Amino acid sequence: MSPVIDVTGLTYRYEDGTEALRGIDFHLDPGECVAVLGANGSGKTTFVLHLNGLLTASSGAVTVCGMDVTKSNLPEIRQRVGLVFQDSDAQLFMPTVIEDVMFGPLNQGLSQTEAQRRALLALEQTGIAKLAQKAPYHLSSGEKRRAALAGILAMDPEVLVLDEPTTFLDPPGQRDLRDLLKALPQAKLIVTHDIPFARALASRAVFFDSGQVAAEGPVEEIIHRFDWEFR
Amino acid sequence: MHHVILERWSRIDSPIHRRDARIKLFASLVFLVVVATTPPLAWRCFAVYSITLLIATLIARLPATELLSRAALVLPFCAVFGATTWWIGDHARAIGLVEKAFLSAWTALWLAGTTALPRLLKAAEWFGVPRLLILVIQFLYRYLFVLSGQAQHMRLAAACRAGAVGASRALFRAAAGALAVLFARSYQRADGIHRAMQSRGFTGAFPAVALGRLNFADAAFLTLAVVPIVTVRFL
Repeated sequence: MSPVIDVTGLTYRYEDGTEALRGIDFHLDPGECVAVLGANGSGKTTFVLHLNGLLTASSGAVTVCGMDVTKSNLPEIRQRVGLVFQDSDAQLFMPTVIEDVMFGPLNQGLSQTEAQRRALLALEQTGIAKLAQKAPYHLSSGEKRRAALAGILAMDPEVLVLDEPTTFLDPPGQRDLRDLLKALPQAKLIVTHDIPFARALASRAVFFDSGQVAAEGPVEEIIHRFDWEFR
Repeated sequence: MHHVILERWSRIDSPIHRRDARIKLFASLVFLVVVATTPPLAWRCFAVYSITLLIATLIARLPATELLSRAALVLPFCAVFGATTWWIGDHARAIGLVEKAFLSAWTALWLAGTTALPRLLKAAEWFGVPRLLILVIQFLYRYLFVLSGQAQHMRLAAACRAGAVGASRALFRAAAGALAVLFARSYQRADGIHRAMQSRGFTGAFPAVALGRLNFADAAFLTLAVVPIVTVRFL
């Protein structure tokens, strides 16, 4: 089974020369759920931005579903890797929820009718169909998170990348999100500081430290090895 | 927030909201041209224009008092020019300046309050407005939400820590600092939004909004909106 995401020797330098990622090797198999752990500023978000082609590697290679991430195939890459941002407010920019969810499918070149059908399906899936005509800035944090996820699901991606998905969510909201993600068949990469959430969903974890993968393995093992639990 | 209210108004369901955006845009442009070219002291004409706008506002179920008070926001600005013109002795022009500015603002608010922005811009594109300009307006409008949201948060944060009574100099310094931070934060947020758009396949053009076909009701609306004002203007 070939991985849906394959990263080899990924290095990324900011314009000022600061090395944010150093020789990252990583793979994600179809249907697998992996937690990305590590301290703030350790390069987790920078890493996931490469998977969607939002950042271009200084050296190394990123392959998504067998395709190298290059400028020429970015539309296809972005259709296959759905990125849910940490800040839902940044992701919701259209006047209504339904229009926002339709944004991705319309960019994929789908017709208005098909985009609407997919959007309604995604809103059903995320349990916010009744909010379709609401303005995004009127939603609660949990609803915004669901709307942001619906916007990605409507694009029918093969991989879901979620950056700090439980931020701003209350415990019932976190539980709902956990159950929702569990039910989704896609491969998932979850950047999180929320250990119970990572435990509930992921089978494997990678630990980032200073722009490098310090370790990877079963979630429990990584948590204990780095003493990564709030007590 | 001004734009939030307009956005809310544009989603009201009324016979005017249901009309095609192209028709409303065209009728508004005709109205503005007619108002701009009317001699300043043609009271009969201005009365008909005002009544037409009032009827259009009421049919659109827009809150008339609120809309008029918002339109009146232009008055202080045009009153300055009006006062200058009055002072140099051209009283008719001074009055004309104020009444035309008010009616124009009212028309613009009516149009924005009865048509969702994506449709309005699509209509403008249909009339030949350059796509680049349309794109710039769309971004400007979206980032307006970002900017006002950030400003609201900062205002609340400042209010939470406000303690000095009467320290107007300190308040002024804080406001100036906040403005700089607001700019930097908005820039950061706008960058985040742009990334989110790119990640969902945005390549520089917003997905098209279908405008649909013009129907009999659109034609009837255009006739009722334009004929009376053009008639009263030129007869």
